[in-house]
Amino acid sequence: MTTTAAPVRDQRRWMSLLARWETLLVLALIGLILLGTTLSPFFLTAGNFSNLIAALMEVAIMAMPMTLIIVLGEIDLSVESMAGLSSAILGFLWAAGVPLWVGIAVVLVVGALGGLLNGLIVARGGLPSLVVTLGTLALFRGMALIVLGPRGVSDFPDWFTAFGFGHVPGTLIPWPFVVFILLAAVLGIVLHRTWIGRQVYAIGKNAGTARFSGVRVTRVRTSLFVLSGLIAALAGIILTSRLSSARADAGSGMTLTVVTVVLLGGVNIFGGSGTIPGVALAVLCVAVMQNALRLASVTVEVQSIALGLLLILSVVIPTFAHQAKSALDRVRGGRPPPADSIAQGEAALS
Amino acid sequence: MAETAAIATQGAIRTRGSVLTSFARQRELSLAAIMVVLGALVSIVAPQFLTISNLTAVAALASIYAIASVGEALVVITRNIDLSVEATIGVVAYCVASILERHVLDAPAAIVLGIGIGLLLGMVNGVIVALLRVPSIVATLGTLSIFRGLDYVIAGSHQVPLAGLPPGFTDPARTNLLGFLPVFVVVALVVVVVGTVILRSTRFGRQVYAVGSNPEAAAILGIPARLVEFSAFSVCGLLAGVAGVMWVMFFGTINGTAGTGIVLSIVAAVVVGGVSTLGGSGTIAGAALGAFFLGLTANALPLVGLSQFWLQAIYGIVILVAVSVDAIILRRLQRATAERRAR
Repeated sequence: MTTTAAPVRDQRRWMSLLARWETLLVLALIGLILLGTTLSPFFLTAGNFSNLIAALMEVAIMAMPMTLIIVLGEIDLSVESMAGLSSAILGFLWAAGVPLWVGIAVVLVVGALGGLLNGLIVARGGLPSLVVTLGTLALFRGMALIVLGPRGVSDFPDWFTAFGFGHVPGTLIPWPFVVFILLAAVLGIVLHRTWIGRQVYAIGKNAGTARFSGVRVTRVRTSLFVLSGLIAALAGIILTSRLSSARADAGSGMTLTVVTVVLLGGVNIFGGSGTIPGVALAVLCVAVMQNALRLASVTVEVQSIALGLLLILSVVIPTFAHQAKSALDRVRGGRPPPADSIAQGEAALS
Repeated sequence: MAETAAIATQGAIRTRGSVLTSFARQRELSLAAIMVVLGALVSIVAPQFLTISNLTAVAALASIYAIASVGEALVVITRNIDLSVEATIGVVAYCVASILERHVLDAPAAIVLGIGIGLLLGMVNGVIVALLRVPSIVATLGTLSIFRGLDYVIAGSHQVPLAGLPPGFTDPARTNLLGFLPVFVVVALVVVVVGTVILRSTRFGRQVYAVGSNPEAAAILGIPARLVEFSAFSVCGLLAGVAGVMWVMFFGTINGTAGTGIVLSIVAAVVVGGVSTLGGSGTIAGAALGAFFLGLTANALPLVGLSQFWLQAIYGIVILVAVSVDAIILRRLQRATAERRAR
């Protein structure tokens, strides 16, 4: 019995590992890198990689809490405006003579409060997060415009701009990338290795069942929106630092890319499934793809078409693969039940 | 027995609901009333608000948004969302303007072609959502990127100037019937009336609400849900095409960025107009009124001395207030029904 069952189970494990979305992403990443090297000899240089990663870090950082929120079955469209508000307040305070570290602290608090607003309306009020965060998407951007107006603030101290623009000493690793990796590691452990993560998946699969199982649904929802606001504010600080300029329209249109990256990472838009490593891989794929397309002198416009197509295909392909597999199973006359379950059935009969 | 209970339930809700609740439940009426009060207040501060030239200009621009909002409302009632409308409006606007500039077609043919492009893009969304079963928010987030990318690729850095359009093409945006009724408003009215009749009195219209309020039940009843969804997205595209043509007439100068960011206003109009994002409820007249309400707000701000920067923040607050009011009403109705059942 066991001698026949073990290889089958091994084979299944390999098959399921191969069929995982993350595996596909790794293959896509390798394919894109190979494509890039054929396009330009500079593609595989450390300097090039450093640049292509740095340009996407705000999106990548905001994608981490967004992953948790979408797994939870919600969405936060307001992150790009929160990044803009963060940039505007930072610029306003700095221009008004407030020390930068105070400004940064204020901005982070504002981010958490903005997230708390989203969280309270969604979790306590029971309103759909799509509409609520659409409202705060407009509200936060409006507040950014009221605070800073059309002007830009750009006379930041060197140490601040060095953070967004510079590298870890002695390497070509951009500082924002370090932030991203730390964030991915912490949130990855929280989501995949702790009871908090289990609760997030439970709520995403079925909020009602989760509540009856003793999960504090309201508290988890609210906390994740607070986290999202806080991290969006952090992304706004990094964006300000990297561009060495604070503007009210900072981050415009970024939500689209953030959500695209999360969904490309294999997270189900209806919640309940998805992984942090998947989204981190998707970030790398998008960065490499954008860079390869740029080296092939494909314009930004065509890149946006490619990103949109990828997003739709990322849902269509798994759906069709699943349908094809079940059709194949039907042709084969159904998958035979595992051997030990038959034995149990016979035992029950006798 | 069950019928009398149902009637009694309705009666109970009617008598229980406070005056304010029943007022808020009539979303179209309450929006219209708020607009009148707001208009009166603004005209006290700024008399130039209540002039025919100002009001017709506001109404003409709001009509474009209203028509796009009607299409969006149709999609939202089926429990979907279309984020790509602004890109469709952009593509149609540039294509129409460019065709006219190059004298490929005359004005009527260009208008028909523009609306046809809108319909085609709407059908693309319909196929992706209804046939390929991609959740609409993902699908239209994708097509928003794709259509906008197409727009940029077609347009490049070119801008069609007002002088490139045939003489008189932009006149409808500034023409008033009987001296006070903008042609654009008439177009919007026709769209709303035709749409309302279709939604209230045809089989398709009832199917739209059935699919939106309970897809499983609709499927059991034998309603072709996928066909209904496909049709809703197609009509939404078609109306975005109409809005795109009107965009050219209104603004005259068109480049590849036309309509960028307006999907926020369009969805806001739908939400403010009382269409539930959970599907199955709301009217297109409400959505159109929502668009006029937002248009009025945008026009009133500078007149009362607030800078244009306040607009986004006020839109945000309006959206939050509108959904909160909806939720409170829904909860009261449910509580009234539950109390009735408990007895």
